[in-house]
Amino acid sequence: MSTKTTAQHTRRQFLKGIAASGMVLGLSFGSPLRALALAADGELPAEFQPNAFLRIGSDGVVTIYAKHDEMGQGIHTGLAIAICEELEIDVDQVTVLSAPAGVAYANSAYRVQVTGGSTSTWSSFDQMRSAGAVAREMLIAAAAKRWGVDRAACVAKNGTVQRVGSATRLTYGELAADAAKGVVPTEVPLKDRGDFTRIGKPTPRVDSPDKVRGIAKFSLDQRAPGMLTAMVARCPYFGGKLHSCDDSAALRISGVKKIVRVPSGVAVIAVDYWTAYKAREALQIKWKAGRGGALDSERLREHYVAKSKTKGMVARADGDVDAALAAAEKRIEATYEVPFQAHAPMEPLSCMVTLQDDGGAHIVTGSQMLGADHPAAAARLGVPMDKVKFTNSYLGGGFGRRANHQSDFVLEALEVALAAKSLQAPIKTVWAREDDLRGGWYRPMYVNAITAGIDDGKIVAWRHRVVGQSIAKGTPFEPLIIQNGIDGLSVEGAADMPHGIPNLQVELHTVSLPVSVLWWRSVGHSNTAFAKESFLDECAAAAGRDPYQLRRELLAGHPRWLRVLDLAAKKAGWGSPLADGVGRGISVHESFKGFAAHVIEASVENGQPRIHRIVCAIDCGLVVNPDQVESQLQSAAVFALSATLGSEITFTDGLVDQSNFHDFQIVRMHECPEIEVHIVESNDAMGGIGEVGVPGIASATCSAIHAATGKRIRKLPIGDQLA
Amino acid sequence: MNYQFTVNGQSRDVDVHPDTPLLWVLRDHLELDGTKYGCGRALCGACTVHVEGEAVRACSYPVHLADGKAVQTIEGLESNAVGRAVVDAWIDEEVVQCGWCQPGQCMSAAALLKEVQDPDDEAIDAAMSGNLCRCGTYPRIRKAIKTAAKSLRGGTGR
Repeated sequence: MSTKTTAQHTRRQFLKGIAASGMVLGLSFGSPLRALALAADGELPAEFQPNAFLRIGSDGVVTIYAKHDEMGQGIHTGLAIAICEELEIDVDQVTVLSAPAGVAYANSAYRVQVTGGSTSTWSSFDQMRSAGAVAREMLIAAAAKRWGVDRAACVAKNGTVQRVGSATRLTYGELAADAAKGVVPTEVPLKDRGDFTRIGKPTPRVDSPDKVRGIAKFSLDQRAPGMLTAMVARCPYFGGKLHSCDDSAALRISGVKKIVRVPSGVAVIAVDYWTAYKAREALQIKWKAGRGGALDSERLREHYVAKSKTKGMVARADGDVDAALAAAEKRIEATYEVPFQAHAPMEPLSCMVTLQDDGGAHIVTGSQMLGADHPAAAARLGVPMDKVKFTNSYLGGGFGRRANHQSDFVLEALEVALAAKSLQAPIKTVWAREDDLRGGWYRPMYVNAITAGIDDGKIVAWRHRVVGQSIAKGTPFEPLIIQNGIDGLSVEGAADMPHGIPNLQVELHTVSLPVSVLWWRSVGHSNTAFAKESFLDECAAAAGRDPYQLRRELLAGHPRWLRVLDLAAKKAGWGSPLADGVGRGISVHESFKGFAAHVIEASVENGQPRIHRIVCAIDCGLVVNPDQVESQLQSAAVFALSATLGSEITFTDGLVDQSNFHDFQIVRMHECPEIEVHIVESNDAMGGIGEVGVPGIASATCSAIHAATGKRIRKLPIGDQLA
Repeated sequence: MNYQFTVNGQSRDVDVHPDTPLLWVLRDHLELDGTKYGCGRALCGACTVHVEGEAVRACSYPVHLADGKAVQTIEGLESNAVGRAVVDAWIDEEVVQCGWCQPGQCMSAAALLKEVQDPDDEAIDAAMSGNLCRCGTYPRIRKAIKTAAKSLRGGTGR
């Protein structure tokens, strides 16, 4: 026991604080929190809840309130492991619930309740351990008091407190009432890393059985008595608006309850999904295209490429890049392009709103950012935040789409409910897949122009220009993310590259378009790593160097980069012979405080790329659940491979060309290669996992194809470029 | 229109428009939410159910076609040995991430294992390529299908 932590409040103060902070009750877990609020006023026998993250009932039920949203990344299990390690109870003995909206559940890295940026594990690890340790110490103290012995004579083990040297023990449930009367300690000992018995061991996910059996409740599965279903016809042009709507045919459809105008379009409210869907089809709507009517991907591309040939705002300048480029014996340049990308979570968006008589609302959804949605909803309703209750569900995928800084799908559902208030019913606004793919909030399209100077086999100058929209501009995050006019998200992964290049300049052209854009798993890195790593490969070829060895040289003095690079190269057998027609590509990138390297083997068959093998190495520091690190790296590889091979959002005459999974093509079973994951044993700082495996896939794939065929892909997705 | 069919062995009676997809009958009328919506056009497989033992995409299967037939959904999958083996293997192999597509994946896998006792990679590709997973659980799905097949062959299923 070595580390110390501080807890600020007595339990009673904490409970009062929680009640006052507007932490709200959820449908599925109203009773524990109601008990909590009432207990603060001394109205109910206390159940043991020493902090916002766990509760132990006298019935022995241990409940964990997960501050981070479960969207597939296994975080409910990870948070539980951290708490259970210190609480001395196995993960399969606890119940994990999604936390409601509340300041107690703010992301420790961002100070807002949000799940994103691959921060969940590292930012909450010590907090969760402390939460478990506080409970453990209070249970031990309660047992010691009950037995009239020193606390040193008691030890917590497997959900019980045991008296050392005897068979006497009390379960946590038996101790809960007494523990609740104790004072929350201000300092608690945390276990030494060497004493961990749960952290670092492969642990089954807490949500698997219910999800496999179809029992788990996602947002779209949520219901309330008398609930109606709404679908919104949204303007297909970005920045356009409604011209006219004839809803007479739609209103004649049996089961249609109401058709209302909302800021985003026209909402059809009906008894069920299918009726709402058909009625929406029956609307006769004319739209005014507005500024977005001119959107055209081919013209945008020309515009971006032209911009990339001019100097942009300087995000980083080392040495004198112009002079070094002019003086270099060899100069190479290339342009890399990536399109808009949709997140396309398998569960389309939905949000159910029940307006309350007091002017508030109960909102049930699947959100990554209740910290934005909660105040936004309260502001729209003009009520204090404690009048708006949120219940979060399992998220059927997120990838950034459900962390919307404008709370788009939550506020729209609220608008629908308000416009249809006379129906006096809970209304669930649901999105069809077409709505999801055409509804914006895409990863921005980018063009990169990179120029390098090479002398004597070494890169002496590097200039990377990025052209694209800003994600942060005009959002509440602008002051944090945009510095000196540069959106850090546009140049992350480029402006912070640690490679030993003496003259290095990164420039940015920020383009303004009416298309709504958002963070998409790995955000700016998904573009910059493709450009940076692809171009390093081109530099290696131009310099006659092995791409792995060139990277080793450039990354000297950066051990975490080198460790993953070396591990991936070793496990993949870098340099060993391959079958005819198969090539290898390599990449290494840091993002979200994590380090990942990839070696990919690929070939081209009948004009189509075929990926044979992906080898990943990751260093994310201390690992909580290695099985889920492996899952996340596999997941990241497949997600990135979809964007590398087939998926894109494009515009023609202002309209999105894609509509569903036939033309927004993501990787299917037969295209998915073997994916090996190797985890570096690391004592370094904990870092991200979920997004870290995304950035390196595209370039390693394209470098493998180049090695196999000599053809260099500089524009994603690969699509039919090899045909 | 009135339609009668069985769902997981129970007789069900619904009064809906004939073009209503079976998916929305299951979800909105019978509150069997284990069958998921993902695309509405038989492109993603999230809504896969069995009708008379065959895997169909419920989002594009009008309810009138189910009239008089036996429908099985994820909620009833564990009523037979193959279904139990699939569910067990999915849990044992830690396939799940977000989980939205997994009931459909299990229904497709069970349909495959009823036809092919020992599916190889090619058979798995052919049977499972209609089921999308945005989380990329494919490597573990492949493994789980082989695990389920093995347990069925060895008679170790529940």
